[in-house]
Amino acid sequence: MAGESVFPLLESLLPLISKPIQYVGGELNSQVKDWDSAKVRWALMYPDAYEVGLPNQGVMILYEVLNEQPGVLAERTYSVWPDLAAKMRENGVPAFTVDGHRPVKDFDVLGISFSTELGYTNMLEHLDLAGIPIHAADRDDSHPLVIAGGHAAFNPEPIAAFIDAAVLGDGEQAVLEITEVLKQTKGQSRAERLHALAKAGGVYVPAFYDVDYLPDGRIQRVAPNRSDVPFRVHKRTTMDLDAWPYPKQPLVPLAETVHERMSVEIFRGCTRGCRFCQAGMITRPVRERSITGIGEMVEAGLKASGYEEVGLLSLSSADHSEIGDIAKGLADRYEGTQTSLSLPSTRVDAFNIDLAQELQRNGRRSGLTFAPEGGSERLRKVINKMVSKDDLVKTVTTAYGAGWRQVKLYFMCGLPTETDEDVLEIADMAREVIRVGRQVTGTRDVRCTVSIGGFVPKPHTPFQWASQLDAETTDHRLKLLRDAINSDKSTAKAIGFRYHDGKPGIVEGLLSRGDRRIGNVIEQVWRDGGIFDGWSEHFSYDRWMKAAEKQGIDVDWYTTRQREENEVLPWDHLDSGLDKEWLWADWQEALDEQELDDCRWIPCFDCGVCPQMGTEIQVGPTGVKLLPLSIV
Amino acid sequence: MSKRTPEGPPPPPTVQRVRIQYTKRGRLRFTSHRDIARAFERALRRAQVPMAYSAGFSPHPKISWVGAAPTGVASEAEYVEIGLAEHRDLDALARALDESLPDGIDIVEAVDAPVGTSLPDRIVASRWGIRLPGLEPSVVEAAVAAFLNAETIPVERLMKTGMRTLDARSAVVSMRAETGSCAILHLVVRHVTPAVRPDDVLSGLRTVADLVPPVPPEATRYAQGPLTETGEVGDPLAPDRSPTGAAGLTRQDADRDEAAIGTPI
Repeated sequence: MAGESVFPLLESLLPLISKPIQYVGGELNSQVKDWDSAKVRWALMYPDAYEVGLPNQGVMILYEVLNEQPGVLAERTYSVWPDLAAKMRENGVPAFTVDGHRPVKDFDVLGISFSTELGYTNMLEHLDLAGIPIHAADRDDSHPLVIAGGHAAFNPEPIAAFIDAAVLGDGEQAVLEITEVLKQTKGQSRAERLHALAKAGGVYVPAFYDVDYLPDGRIQRVAPNRSDVPFRVHKRTTMDLDAWPYPKQPLVPLAETVHERMSVEIFRGCTRGCRFCQAGMITRPVRERSITGIGEMVEAGLKASGYEEVGLLSLSSADHSEIGDIAKGLADRYEGTQTSLSLPSTRVDAFNIDLAQELQRNGRRSGLTFAPEGGSERLRKVINKMVSKDDLVKTVTTAYGAGWRQVKLYFMCGLPTETDEDVLEIADMAREVIRVGRQVTGTRDVRCTVSIGGFVPKPHTPFQWASQLDAETTDHRLKLLRDAINSDKSTAKAIGFRYHDGKPGIVEGLLSRGDRRIGNVIEQVWRDGGIFDGWSEHFSYDRWMKAAEKQGIDVDWYTTRQREENEVLPWDHLDSGLDKEWLWADWQEALDEQELDDCRWIPCFDCGVCPQMGTEIQVGPTGVKLLPLSIV
Repeated sequence: MSKRTPEGPPPPPTVQRVRIQYTKRGRLRFTSHRDIARAFERALRRAQVPMAYSAGFSPHPKISWVGAAPTGVASEAEYVEIGLAEHRDLDALARALDESLPDGIDIVEAVDAPVGTSLPDRIVASRWGIRLPGLEPSVVEAAVAAFLNAETIPVERLMKTGMRTLDARSAVVSMRAETGSCAILHLVVRHVTPAVRPDDVLSGLRTVADLVPPVPPEATRYAQGPLTETGEVGDPLAPDRSPTGAAGLTRQDADRDEAAIGTPI
């Protein structure tokens, strides 16, 4: 019977595997709705382990938005580790949801949120475990529609053969509109329903578009193969965040997860214009949640969850126009309650130490993290990260003066135009941080951690044309940097060095800027046993390179090759709102080491998003302050 | 070098210590001890229990755990002691906490901890029940006899330090087989280091009698506490109850004791 729980079958397998609690469900604030009275049933998947997927805000938001609708049911499903997957195959247990333990195959839609391309093999594994054909072309009316979302869906071409559709941008309204179309087309064929979704707008159905190639392998054109679907599919934008205060009832798991806190998104979008940052480019414009809206979400969320930490999330949280009042207001409200606040993403220049003091007033003092991203002043101009070394040193000095002892610095290696010297300047910066730290604190007990990973050029950014640095050169530069840090004995022990080597970045680059021909490589890797590619103990560079070779794919052509202005890019028919001409002009300015200011504070520079999408920047200040919570 | 001290006044002192018996039932048996600890801390916050906190840069609520059933093993008798910064009525506290905890982690009883007494000192043994579906009663009975006849039964277990050998026999005070529709082993096991768990006893049964359950057995702890002269496990909270038996007694769900064997909630 459709929708029947497989838990009785699963239960006898759980004593035999590691961390069984992650498959049991029953999280606080989760729900299991009646199967039979639901007209549209969604399975929402985060294609990684439960411990990573559960805290994902996107899935949590859509889960609640959908379940609030009468006649609509949403349950969650996550990747299962190989130990359980083997036992499920052995015992005929299909992929299931953690809420009702219902077979994923029985749902109308399987929505998969891709934060990263490294989840693609996990999608194939889960489809296979669910008994759903991995190729969209092989599915029939009995199978769920497989719809991709999340940031990686802005170039879904590498997984075009495996998904039925993709949605670009914000999901809150999109899932409701899709639900409505599915209600209206209930009983129709798969093709008819997909057609209805494509016609309604904002849903990309890869099968309705053909790709032609030039003899040299570049794309000639991408065009619809039927008349009534749009030439370009536009991203979705949710404008009024205060109208969408989700999650209202955060899911609180029993199992341990990567973020043991409650999160409130304080604004969406970013116009800082860091040229490497796909998130900042594809989520424009900036839309702030109001200070009162934030206060209400924090209050309701803490009450519903019992968490003792609140993360104020956004792409650059100190940039909220009223962040000072928000932090002070919340710190006042929760004084003496052991509730701590954190700002997970914070820019050096926007950060002031008063703000940091407010954040740690009621809780534990955590480390401070800054992200200069580029080692040299010149390189920071190329990437448009407008932070000077003096700014950083000044901020860090104040932080040490205010009692912090540990500072983390984030960088990337392999940025366009980068030389060995640019990367070596990171060592100078870290030494300077330690030097001022010792001076200010009068102790040698200060630490600085340098964290660095390889840069991967992403679609819909000014660097989408750039050559990715090969893995060997990346690793060579990282070694030079490590040697430079270690060469100064007076500071070497005070500086921690963490890095990601260049190889995983090449695979990520292949998948990020790949086209439909990459699909065969993904399938080959999965058939060769590749899953959990985001985990170093499972990732195999060699497996990817062998699969690419077997499928006749030249990895360098996709990664280290610089693209020309007139090349048709695989994602050109997918509209993030940004004008390609503007992106190209910004790329040229990057090469000229020209910075570009934030349009929140200067006149519009015509990136294209607001006029095309019918959106506009929504920022305060409102001037409202958070009042103390009165006990009624 | 200056020694750093946290700013602000020290946290308020502990004014009331409460001993709590709770369960780990049904699907919740798959929680690890760390999972339980996190769920408990959050439930305390949701229930607005005025916890006392430790001093220092990283203040922690005052919660002392006493033993913990292994992951995958259910329990009717787990214990924890918490320190409060304000006095609270025990019944109200137990009710609020029980409502706030996930179903399956249920509060059985809460009592005040008299000053100078130690709960861990009273907990020296556990009574376990292990359901063995799919095994013939006679086979189980024979295995029990073989187990009890052995002097020592070395078994291996994978621990953090690697494979270790321990004796599954000496810690076992008593063992009998109940043979109904499904064979159930009843055990009293003394707490030793390293602990002898239900799994180790099953390994021992495999060693002495080649007993191999066809489906995973389901173990439940029914009691832990002092060991009486007759080899039974006593109630560790008995000395804490007031003579009238009224104050602080919130013995909820006591009737579920035996009935809850392996039944998913």
